[in-house]
Amino acid sequence: MSFLAIKDIHHTYFTKASATTALSEISLQIEEGEFVSFLGPSGCGKTTLLSIIAGLIKPTQGTILLEKKPITGLKNQIGYMLQQDYLFPWKTIEENILLGLKLSKQLNEKTKNAALDLLNQMGLSGIETQLPKQLSGGMRQRAALVRTLATEPKLLMLDEPFSALDYQTKLKLEDLVSNTLDSFGKTAILVTHDIGEAIAMSDRVVLFSPSPGRIHRIFDMPDELRSLTPFHARNHEAFSGIFQTIWKELDSLETGKK
Amino acid sequence: MKQEKNSVNLLHKNYLHSLTIQKRWVRFYQIVIFLLFFSSWEISSQQRWIDPLLFSSPSKIWKLFLEKIQDGSLMSNLGVTLTETIFGFLLGTLLGTILAAVLWWSPLLSKIVDPYLVILNAMPKVALGPILIVSLGPGYPSIIAMGAIISVIITTIVVYTSFKEVDPNYLKVLQTFGATRLQCFKEAILPASFPTIISTLKVNVGLSWVGVIVGEFLVSSRGLGYFIIYGFQVFNFTLVFLSLLVIAVVATIMYQLVELLEKKLIKE
Ligand SMILES: Nc1ncnc2c1ncn2[C@@H]1O[C@H](COP(=O)(O)OP(=O)(O)O)[C@@H](O)[C@H]1O
Ligand SMILES: [Mg+2]
Repeated sequence: MSFLAIKDIHHTYFTKASATTALSEISLQIEEGEFVSFLGPSGCGKTTLLSIIAGLIKPTQGTILLEKKPITGLKNQIGYMLQQDYLFPWKTIEENILLGLKLSKQLNEKTKNAALDLLNQMGLSGIETQLPKQLSGGMRQRAALVRTLATEPKLLMLDEPFSALDYQTKLKLEDLVSNTLDSFGKTAILVTHDIGEAIAMSDRVVLFSPSPGRIHRIFDMPDELRSLTPFHARNHEAFSGIFQTIWKELDSLETGKK
Repeated sequence: MKQEKNSVNLLHKNYLHSLTIQKRWVRFYQIVIFLLFFSSWEISSQQRWIDPLLFSSPSKIWKLFLEKIQDGSLMSNLGVTLTETIFGFLLGTLLGTILAAVLWWSPLLSKIVDPYLVILNAMPKVALGPILIVSLGPGYPSIIAMGAIISVIITTIVVYTSFKEVDPNYLKVLQTFGATRLQCFKEAILPASFPTIISTLKVNVGLSWVGVIVGEFLVSSRGLGYFIIYGFQVFNFTLVFLSLLVIAVVATIMYQLVELLEKKLIKE
């Protein structure tokens, strides 16, 4: 039995003006320790699916099981990092990264030190008392990641975490995140619209097609790429072949729409 | 290279200098207006261009000021009014914020009471004065209630709007950590709306003065509002002007204090 089971999810948003079906017939199994990327044009329901997995939205149909248990009622098993860092501007970095622990009443010397250690590992030592606005975009993103990891979730979900960063920072963060997750053996889902990032970071890439969002195809990454860091994977000879395949598939989705 | 730097420094110095000069001119004209206003008031009153019985004169007001300071009645009445105002605006802001929190807590309730809020906001609250005095008795409670009631509805509306406008993604972050609604309120909604609450405090200072003075008009036993009404009844307009000037000065100081508090609290 798989670690995370997504079973026949449908979701429709109802507003006064319209009913938008964001997701249809989504079924997927994710194994423990796996890194999966969701790739697809914007508006195909990736964020919606993450919100459903996190239990923030109740899907109109279908169930999500984490280790065979329905996710409703599970607390702090799933870490979800939103599209922007959303660090609280009036809290210091330390208060921000300890927020999850505080809310779930897990805050003690041990968990606090673990969180601060993680902050160090992310190359953010000595900024505990600063406010988020004093940090650069990349630093804020790393602090937000520490906040998400501090409660030790079993599953980590990242929604386009690098999309607002410059290219160099993005490459560095990809390696950092990949290493950190490897060392914790975490299961992760990454949403991105960057094909290269999806290939470089994941074990599997799930390609979504839009309106309504469906799983179009799933690509397994070859072992030689999976063992490399994202930066080196991008330079591997197998990389461009896979890139071409996925690019053509994405392209056909977009021309198919017209 | 060095020369260039020097010339930039020089230009900057000139710029700063011109700023200082401008500031001095502004101050100068402000003082001129002040002096002009009071001296022309004095002169036109002495020359009887205006009715001195009605418009009094700065010198008479000053004399009365010293007199009332000496017999202690100014300070005691000012103290009364000040206390009522401070309680009034703190109470108004606090109640308004609490009401806003209740509305945020229950979206259904907020939909239901929405038209009533509009009506209550549009109604002139000072018209409630007689009812308050009858029900709370003619004393501190009813006057403080006047000072509070005048600001409570507008505070509710403004603060509730600010609660609603907090970026829902902050709540989403909290919910991913399993936060309860109370925790969401404490961690995100309230601190994010803090600047709005402080700025309503500023508005409410002014509103509470209105409520309290009107309350004192009606109760007519103590306070600067009583001075005004009394002066009006015995045709002692010097007393009326004295009270007005004292209110203007004290209200300004209070406003500045709240502004200082605002700067301190939201400097980050
Ligand atoms: N709160 C909402 N109310 C109504 N429609 C929504 C809402 N959120 C998203 N949608 C719609 O659902 C679809 C999928 O959105 P989203 O999950 O954000 O896609 P993605 O993250 O892949 O860009 C879009 O068509 C979007 O307009
Ligand atoms: Mg999205």
